Amino acid sequence: MTQAAMQKNRLLFDGADWDFTTLQRIHDACEEIAIGELGLDVYPNQIEVITAEQMLDAYSSTGMPLFYRHWSFGKHFAHHEAFYRRGMRDLAYEIVINSSPCISYLMEENTATMQTLVIAHAAFGHNHFFKNNYLFKLWTDAEGILDYLDFAKGYIARCEERYGETAVERTLDAAHALMSHGVHRYAGKTRLDLRQEEKRQLERRAHEEQMFNDLWRTVPTGRKRDAADVDFERRRAALGLPQDNLLYFLEKSSPRLQPWQREILRIVRHVAQYFHPQRQTKVMNEGTATYVHYQIMERLHDRGQISDGNYFEFLKSHTNVVFQPTYDDRRFSGFNPYAIGFAMMQDIERIVTKPTDEDREWFPDIAGRGDPMQVLRGIWADYRDESFISQFLSPHLIRKWRLFQLYDDPQMSEGILVSAIHDERGYKRVRRQLAREYDIGWTDPRIDIIDVDLAGDRRLLLQHRAPNDWVLEDSETRQVLQHLADLWGYDVMLQEIDSSETVVKEHSAHPREILQKGDLFA
Amino acid sequence: MHIIDRRLNPRGKSLENRQRFLRRAKEAVQQAVRRSLQSRSIRDVLDGGEVSLPIGGMGEPSFRRAEGGITDHVLPGNRAFVEGDIIPRPPGQGAGRPKEAGQGDGEDGFRFVLTREEFLSVFLDDLELPELAKRRLSETEEMSPVRAGYSISGSPSNLSIDRTTRLAMMRRIALKRPKPAEIEALQRQIEESEDDEARLALEAELKSLTDRIRRIPYVDPLDVRYRRFDNEPKPVAKAVMFCLMDVSGSMSEHMKDLAKRFYLLLYLFLSQRYEKVEIVFIRHTEKAEEVDEETFFYGQATGGTLVSSALVAMRSIIAARFDPTEWNIYAAQASDGDNSYRDEAPTGHLLRHEILPLCQYFAYIEVDEEGGDSLASNSPLWRLYESIRSSSATLAMRKVCRKNEIFPVFHDLFQKRSTPTKAVP
Repeated sequence: MTQAAMQKNRLLFDGADWDFTTLQRIHDACEEIAIGELGLDVYPNQIEVITAEQMLDAYSSTGMPLFYRHWSFGKHFAHHEAFYRRGMRDLAYEIVINSSPCISYLMEENTATMQTLVIAHAAFGHNHFFKNNYLFKLWTDAEGILDYLDFAKGYIARCEERYGETAVERTLDAAHALMSHGVHRYAGKTRLDLRQEEKRQLERRAHEEQMFNDLWRTVPTGRKRDAADVDFERRRAALGLPQDNLLYFLEKSSPRLQPWQREILRIVRHVAQYFHPQRQTKVMNEGTATYVHYQIMERLHDRGQISDGNYFEFLKSHTNVVFQPTYDDRRFSGFNPYAIGFAMMQDIERIVTKPTDEDREWFPDIAGRGDPMQVLRGIWADYRDESFISQFLSPHLIRKWRLFQLYDDPQMSEGILVSAIHDERGYKRVRRQLAREYDIGWTDPRIDIIDVDLAGDRRLLLQHRAPNDWVLEDSETRQVLQHLADLWGYDVMLQEIDSSETVVKEHSAHPREILQKGDLFA
Repeated sequence: MHIIDRRLNPRGKSLENRQRFLRRAKEAVQQAVRRSLQSRSIRDVLDGGEVSLPIGGMGEPSFRRAEGGITDHVLPGNRAFVEGDIIPRPPGQGAGRPKEAGQGDGEDGFRFVLTREEFLSVFLDDLELPELAKRRLSETEEMSPVRAGYSISGSPSNLSIDRTTRLAMMRRIALKRPKPAEIEALQRQIEESEDDEARLALEAELKSLTDRIRRIPYVDPLDVRYRRFDNEPKPVAKAVMFCLMDVSGSMSEHMKDLAKRFYLLLYLFLSQRYEKVEIVFIRHTEKAEEVDEETFFYGQATGGTLVSSALVAMRSIIAARFDPTEWNIYAAQASDGDNSYRDEAPTGHLLRHEILPLCQYFAYIEVDEEGGDSLASNSPLWRLYESIRSSSATLAMRKVCRKNEIFPVFHDLFQKRSTPTKAVP
């Protein structure tokens, strides 16, 4: 046998075509490297081949394979489709779902090389990250999510049948508006168990049916105990105030919602919570996946399992993915999470294997440790974007990317101040600021429910802390507040206070009474 | 690891969401569709396509920070700046933050593609073509088969299996045909029975049952049914639309634009109902000529106005190319209402006795300058047509002076109704 023929035998595939045996072969080869050499720990993989239309479907329902029905998903679909049809945007090569088994969608149009890249990237890179990162472990339930979404879809469809599409749509509209403020930011006592959710709902219903007695409706209710004696502090404690999870508060405490409406709020809240970790780990998640696919592809090529030609094809898409234009480039639209993530992972590898004196000084813990994968696995498990950048963005990388910081104060008429650049004085400041930009606790407006006027008109009082004069956008805030008032059933007021505790702005809304129809059991 | 091929899954998973979205955005979609019609040529109007919707009412609000305030930014690619430099703000951009990440494709100018069907159904809503089914082809009749119940004879390819088996089952039950299970049970009994006498009785019973089975067949020729088809004549699926327009000096661009919109609507409407729609453009001053669309709307011509010339041209074109027994003929005339006095009698005669009898529908719209008072004194042509109208239901007329009146007028002219009402301006 000639050497060329031997080499040919080792190739996973030849050319661009693939079939299901090829996919299996590719997956097995990737798995060998990912588990055996990189030491990754992944959920079992499920690979699904889909068409472009199905990819668009997945886009519009936030990537999930099943989801309840709502017009906004139709809108997103139309939006993506318009872009795609005009050729303005390519579809993603894959979508991966944080579930167990971990589902990766592969586009049917991908070439064999692209499928390899995508399997390495999603089925091993993202998969490992989902399974091991502490945020995902804490907040998501990979085994239960698909069953839960199935339950949610069915539940909402049943609500539509019973209470009408309009009523359900209004409730969902309102819940969606508050979705970004429907997550717990700090870990509570119990871990979320989505599989229990359906059971819980059924049990509650069974209990209600069992306990139902029409007589109770006819019993005259006297005036409740006068609430005036409940002082402010006790009231706050009883309602769990201040509360930054608006949906949670409404679900538990809103006086006028129907049970099914509470359940819908709960569903929306769980979905928001499920995606919460992903919002906090864009850079790390993509960085991990990109680093993993790069490692796997490189090793496959070294072993002769991928031909030179296909390897070039890979390098071309890889460099496209990790391309970061500079600020004055026409293509610039902020940092590319793939680029910054991948660059930082590679930089850490460099620090671990070939540290300079500077690295030893800045990263005494990891410099020269010798085994990059061990260090990286530890980092992937224990950090989120904000802490990751503030710990591991090295002076070397800041210089390489020539990062600089701008301070823009509208009061300063001269212009925008360059407050730090890539020099000895600037490293820490640049790093701190960049980390901050990835801290959603800082970038998302912070809104708390602080009080309810229980004795009087039940007005709900909210507060937005507006540091640096960052006030809320007027018209949208009014709309969201309207939704909030509809759910609460009474007036709501939102105060914006600046760092000196003075109220800079106030918004308020009256409920429209569109969510409450039969007030019978409210 | 599992590999699953999802490509064969049913398509249109998001269809339901899309319909909900369209329903929600109905008003905005309708406006967008009307807007997008303005820039189209008449023949392109059917292509469906992209419309742009304002975001109002379909926004998904959330708590969001407004622009402004003190901001810090880290950017890559510093070339020349050192700490402490001050970069002047770009002019025209007040307190500007640099372009934010991730805000690239804002949904403000929300654009998306409607399919042809969606586009048309939004557009045509509840209009009805007047007297659509009236004219049928008499000589070269086209037939098409339609289902007409069942028959007892027919070709094997038309055999209706479910109907046949149903009848067979009815008959078997009615005649008490023994079931195979009964016979089996009986046979088992025979095998098991010890007593000879009893066995003989059982065997006799079995024999009568099997005889019965032989007499009452499972499927009898009586049961067989065939699907029956009747031939129905198909209505003529061809229409021709005559666009008549006065292009004399008194017609301004604005008036022509109004007329164009009207023709557009009519074309759209006809092509929904007919397989083939031809358009003939006839413009006239003192004399009429057939022209192409471009010349029709944008060509220059000067002269007086003789409406009858256009009607003569139309008549001769019909005679030459569009046999009224084969074609449904529609006409839409747009004019500012001027006509020379000596032309009144011939126009009236032509319209009443020659054109209207050939037409399914003749729509006349009188266009006026924007802000023109449509209730002002009636023009000569209007008075003439009104007198004809009282005796003919196929003539409809309206006055229009603003763009946004076109659609309602069209709607009025073609709305679902059977009795003609008196023409109101």
